Amino acid sequence: MTTYTDVARSGGRLWQGLSLQQKQVVWAWAFLAVPILFYGLIRFYPTVEAFVISTTKWNLMTPPVFVGLANFERLLADPVFWKVFGNTFLYLVIGTPVSLILAFVIAYHLDRVRFMHGFIRALYFLPFLTTAAAMAWVWRWFYQPVPIGLFNNLLAGLGIAQQPFLRSTTQALPAVLAPAIWAGLGFQVVIFLAGLRAIPTTYYEAARIDGLPELAILRKITLPLLKPTIIFLVVFSSIGFLRIFDQVYNMTSQTSSDPGGPLNATKPLVLMIYQTAFSSFDMGYAAAQTVVLFLVLLCISLLQLRLLRDR
Amino acid sequence: MRGFRGFLLGLAMSVGAIAGARAQAVEIEYWQYVFDARIKAMNELIKRFEAANPNIKVKHTTFPYADYQTKIVAAAPAGQGPDVVQLFYGWVDNFIAGKVIRPLPRDAFPPEMIEKEFYPIVSAMKREGEYYALPTAVRSLALFYNKKIFQEAGLDPAKPPKTLDEFLDAAKKTTKRDGAGNMLQAGVTLDMPGQDYHWWREVLLRQMGGKPYSDDNKTVAYDSEAGAKSLAWYADLQRTHKVGLAGFMDEGQAAFRAGRAAMTIDGSFRLGAFGGIKNFEWGVAELPAGPDGTKSNFASYWVNAITTKPSGEKLEAAKKFMAFVTSPEAMQLWLETVGELPARKTAAETEKNLNHPVYGPFLKALNYSQATVFVDELPQRQVILDMANRVLLQNQEPKAALAEAAKAEQAILDRFYKK
Repeated sequence: MTTYTDVARSGGRLWQGLSLQQKQVVWAWAFLAVPILFYGLIRFYPTVEAFVISTTKWNLMTPPVFVGLANFERLLADPVFWKVFGNTFLYLVIGTPVSLILAFVIAYHLDRVRFMHGFIRALYFLPFLTTAAAMAWVWRWFYQPVPIGLFNNLLAGLGIAQQPFLRSTTQALPAVLAPAIWAGLGFQVVIFLAGLRAIPTTYYEAARIDGLPELAILRKITLPLLKPTIIFLVVFSSIGFLRIFDQVYNMTSQTSSDPGGPLNATKPLVLMIYQTAFSSFDMGYAAAQTVVLFLVLLCISLLQLRLLRDR
Repeated sequence: MRGFRGFLLGLAMSVGAIAGARAQAVEIEYWQYVFDARIKAMNELIKRFEAANPNIKVKHTTFPYADYQTKIVAAAPAGQGPDVVQLFYGWVDNFIAGKVIRPLPRDAFPPEMIEKEFYPIVSAMKREGEYYALPTAVRSLALFYNKKIFQEAGLDPAKPPKTLDEFLDAAKKTTKRDGAGNMLQAGVTLDMPGQDYHWWREVLLRQMGGKPYSDDNKTVAYDSEAGAKSLAWYADLQRTHKVGLAGFMDEGQAAFRAGRAAMTIDGSFRLGAFGGIKNFEWGVAELPAGPDGTKSNFASYWVNAITTKPSGEKLEAAKKFMAFVTSPEAMQLWLETVGELPARKTAAETEKNLNHPVYGPFLKALNYSQATVFVDELPQRQVILDMANRVLLQNQEPKAALAEAAKAEQAILDRFYKK
């Protein structure tokens, strides 16, 4: 007959049999178990669930029906999906380089400014602190036709024809992207500044004594040593642009308008997922789109890490 | 023998249950979205209902509009939702398919009564002979016009345009541009994402001799001669006559409110917002009649329905409450509190209401209004918006734009009716 004390004693014996190092490992896992369980539950479990839902037809009201890969077939044949997929890439391939180059140029020059350095840096950082929705609405009004639009009033004042901006299928996407880049700029400038400050000044002194021109210093010293910073910012801002939503939603829609319009010219994948899931309640199809977005994000992140990796 | 004893026991228990229920109140739950005037009106109605039915308690729950539909849809399968629910009439098909709502019991809501007393637009709530929901109030469209601008342009502010020709003429006279041709004041607002999309589909299209869908609503029918004619007429307001500009002042209602548009087509739900205008006087008129005198209008409404959740005495209580909120008394209160029009003809068309300068035109329109039957309102709306954008932004021919839209919308209808 096994009693409670027997079990406790055998357990105690088991614990005593462990070496100090093994005990440390057990303790470490005991503590790690909490965040792992938490993440498993709120991160990884829904991710796996999304893959499962993507193979079903489900409107939340009736039980899901397994349909295999039908959602993915529908996705491939959906012209809106391809348009939206293209938009998402445009946000990425315009947004990332433009914002990075701008941020670097500003940081590079700001690094040399001593006069009111902190104040100017704060000014650049300010838009990053602003709510995306509020900012998007202000920009939305900037883009209106005369008599209320700031940009068009300026153009008209200079005698240049009005531009349709948000009401154009070609100008709308860059018009939406501009405030997104502007808002993220402050953060990138600050990170670049930190990266620049981390480069030891002795390298620059040595280069100057050797008589290296400024451009060569930039190419041979500054940029290579900034590589970790650049990698971080490229990955970080790429993911940001791939999941752009607030700016698009607020600049192209209101209670009764056309989110992602006109003619889907500004619609990113995330907005399409949102509409499919929470307007049409087509959960299976939305999950299929989510799976595609997940795979794209994964591929791009891996690719960037590989390309920019230190040899 | 055992059967008989069981029967007796069952009888005794159910009598006991009924007696017990008498003693304590039945609670039912009512859901609607957050909108101050609607909450106020409903609280008052619940107060009156509970006074008349002391053994029934109604719990009133509200959610922000943006989450409202999601909440119902998520709560229903868990058996958690409301007993009586308010929903947009365009959601009804999805809710029936999802078994969220049930047909209205015939004993409390006989179809003959509904057809006799309510405006004909409620027929959009009928599926295979059964009504699934009923509105307290309805909304229709009308022409809002700025009397100050009319006077400045030499038009009689007491005589708003009655036909499409007069409408176009008034728009031409009230449009103002600067030297470079930029619009400063629009004759008419062009706002397809606003109410213009209903104006085109249920009014202009029918006035030019077409119809939006087949009689069973399963086939798109606007890809026609009349469709092309009506779409071209609408687009020409911007393309040829230049009396309006899509996106001018961001939204049609904003342009009208700012006094920068002479005319706008909007719904009765806008009355509250326009009531705050201080700078000018505005008037309301029936929508302009078509070339052959055809009048049409678009009506929409929020309906109340009984969900699949309640049974037994809760169902009885839900029926009573549902009957009360669709009674003439409730409708008059709703008109006075919310400003929406009564859904019963007798409650609506009193002498006082019909001669009312603001309610009158909306009420008259209810007799010739159409309520579009939607299967999935948002994507169907998107199809029409895209069609107008292709014509206005990309200069596509109306005929080709219609054909493309018809194909896209038919796909939405097919996907729904297939299942």
